[in-house]
Amino acid sequence: MKFLLVEDNQDLANAVASRMRLDGHVVDHAAELEDASAFIATGEYDLILLDIMLPDGDGRTFLRQHRANGLDTPVIVLTARSQVSDRIGSLDLGADDYVTKPFDHAELEARCRAVLRRRSGSAQTTVEMGEVVFDPVAGHLSVGGETIDLRNRELRLLEMFLNAPGRVFSKHKLADRLFSYNEDVSENAIEVYVGRLRKHLEKSDVKITTLRGLGYRLDHE
Amino acid sequence: MSDSPTISGSLRNRLATILIGGAALLALLLFLAVRNYAVQVAQQGQDDILMASVTSMLDTAAIRDGSVEVDLPYAALAMLDTPADDRVFYAIYRDGKFLSGHEDLAVAASSDAERREVFSTQAIRGTTVRQVSARRILIGASQRVEVQIALAQTQDALAETLDEIRRNTTLLGLAFFVLAAALSFWATSFAVGQLNKLTTSVTRRGPQDLSPFKKPVPQEMGPLVRSLNSLMGRLDHSLSQSEDFIAEAAHRVRTPLATVRSHAETTLQRVDREENREALRSMIRAIDESSRAAGQLLDHAMITFRADHLEREKIDLVELAQDLAVRLSPIAEMKDLSLSVCGDENAPYAGDPILIQNAVRNLVDNAMKYGPADSDIEIGVHTGSRLCIVVRDKGPGYPLDEIGQLHTRFKRGRNAGDAVGSGLGLTIAADVAGAHGGSLELTNHPEGGACAILLL
Repeated sequence: MKFLLVEDNQDLANAVASRMRLDGHVVDHAAELEDASAFIATGEYDLILLDIMLPDGDGRTFLRQHRANGLDTPVIVLTARSQVSDRIGSLDLGADDYVTKPFDHAELEARCRAVLRRRSGSAQTTVEMGEVVFDPVAGHLSVGGETIDLRNRELRLLEMFLNAPGRVFSKHKLADRLFSYNEDVSENAIEVYVGRLRKHLEKSDVKITTLRGLGYRLDHE
Repeated sequence: MSDSPTISGSLRNRLATILIGGAALLALLLFLAVRNYAVQVAQQGQDDILMASVTSMLDTAAIRDGSVEVDLPYAALAMLDTPADDRVFYAIYRDGKFLSGHEDLAVAASSDAERREVFSTQAIRGTTVRQVSARRILIGASQRVEVQIALAQTQDALAETLDEIRRNTTLLGLAFFVLAAALSFWATSFAVGQLNKLTTSVTRRGPQDLSPFKKPVPQEMGPLVRSLNSLMGRLDHSLSQSEDFIAEAAHRVRTPLATVRSHAETTLQRVDREENREALRSMIRAIDESSRAAGQLLDHAMITFRADHLEREKIDLVELAQDLAVRLSPIAEMKDLSLSVCGDENAPYAGDPILIQNAVRNLVDNAMKYGPADSDIEIGVHTGSRLCIVVRDKGPGYPLDEIGQLHTRFKRGRNAGDAVGSGLGLTIAADVAGAHGGSLELTNHPEGGACAILLL
């Protein structure tokens, strides 16, 4: 997916952008509202991540102006405030959702997915491999014309594999992506989710291979 | 919660006392002035008649054959006739020697030789009389005779007239007093009423309303309203400054935390050695813990403030629960939890939506923390005998021996384990329920799982 990140703090912008690129997203970065307007005028984005405290103005005013001018792209506000009234205020101004800094990227991704799904569930972002067609936004998988609904963790697991086919993921790495950092996760739990995904894929030409002592890999036969 | 001012007397009472006291004094003065004037006028009337009478008597005095003759004219006595049948006494003297009439009646000597008549009030046989003494010099062939006449009249008619005047004057004074007192009451109430109006409009304001007063006020209250407005202006300024300060401080602290967290996540993806990975994980946990605690402390402060100045508005609790479910479902989905709203279709209620939303959010946060994967969390909104919002999970439930202390500040359940939390969530929910006149009940559902009931 293609993101526009509007954030004045260069360090944070770099950190967020590199984290998102790791998931295969394209990220354009604007440090000021003026740059952001230029990006919006010239490019098409799936989603805008908007900080609300910027050196050249308030992100909420910017948002209201662009919404009034017909901007239709979903917007998720990044806020440093935790006051509830502030959060509600930005939703009233045309934001689709908000996350509070510091944010969990898995949560941000979940929110992006939820926003896109609410917004007509645009299906242009399907990923294909062999007989498998995966729609990460709608959260389902088609194997030879048959549609399977995926639970969230199955979906995220599959997404990880599809973003890097042929790469080996250790159980620890998978666990870090699937579970929050404060949950105690046994290696068994990972095996359970891999097992479920294997079952969904068993009628296709795509399979998950176990590499003893190393982890798992998605292969196309 | 606000200090009562030190009360020193009442403006209304003081004003009323001064005005009514003044009115009483004025009424008394009016009474005395009118009465004295009336007495003078009435006395003047009697004196004029006595004078006319005595003059006409003296006019008839003449010297005939060396003796003095006084012919009392009938008119002279008739004019002294009164409705009260006052008695008249007279005495005629020649050069100080009694000639005729009433012997007890002496001629009053005039201190002023030029004045021919002297008025006096005196008693004859126990009766008060008004007396005039007048003299006339008669000059005959060889002699010069001074004739003096003393004429006195009792004062019964005059006393009656004076009584009547006194009665009327008293009535007049009383009427003046009553009218003036009524006017003072009205004036005092009007003046104090203006103050009360201002007080009401100050009291009616919401806690956030610090805008200046625009309504017209009497000129005398101008300075008060001006300084009130300037006070509120300063308060507003310092409030918004401290709000800006908190926002700026949060921004300054949270932005670098967000940078660290994002870098840590990225690095975690790239690092393979388990000891490095564990360090990164605990770093992320620490960041989450600190930001969550800071957020909840701020929320708790805001909730304490709003609960002190509760502003109720009409809301639908079902709608509120559904909004919250939409907002929280991405987080729930990450744990493969599903959030559902059940119960009644409508639950109209008058309360503070931000407070209630925050309370329910904290309950759902808890449920998501302890609910096992692939389970349901229900947010039930029930009208019935008492309005309540029930949040139920399928987790291990509350430890029964600790259930009573869980909503005290910073108290966390024994089974909280590694779950990130500040121990403020249930405190916030209980405070919100308390502010709305309700309570928070924590139970374990008979079929398992924790069940938090927010009674409103």
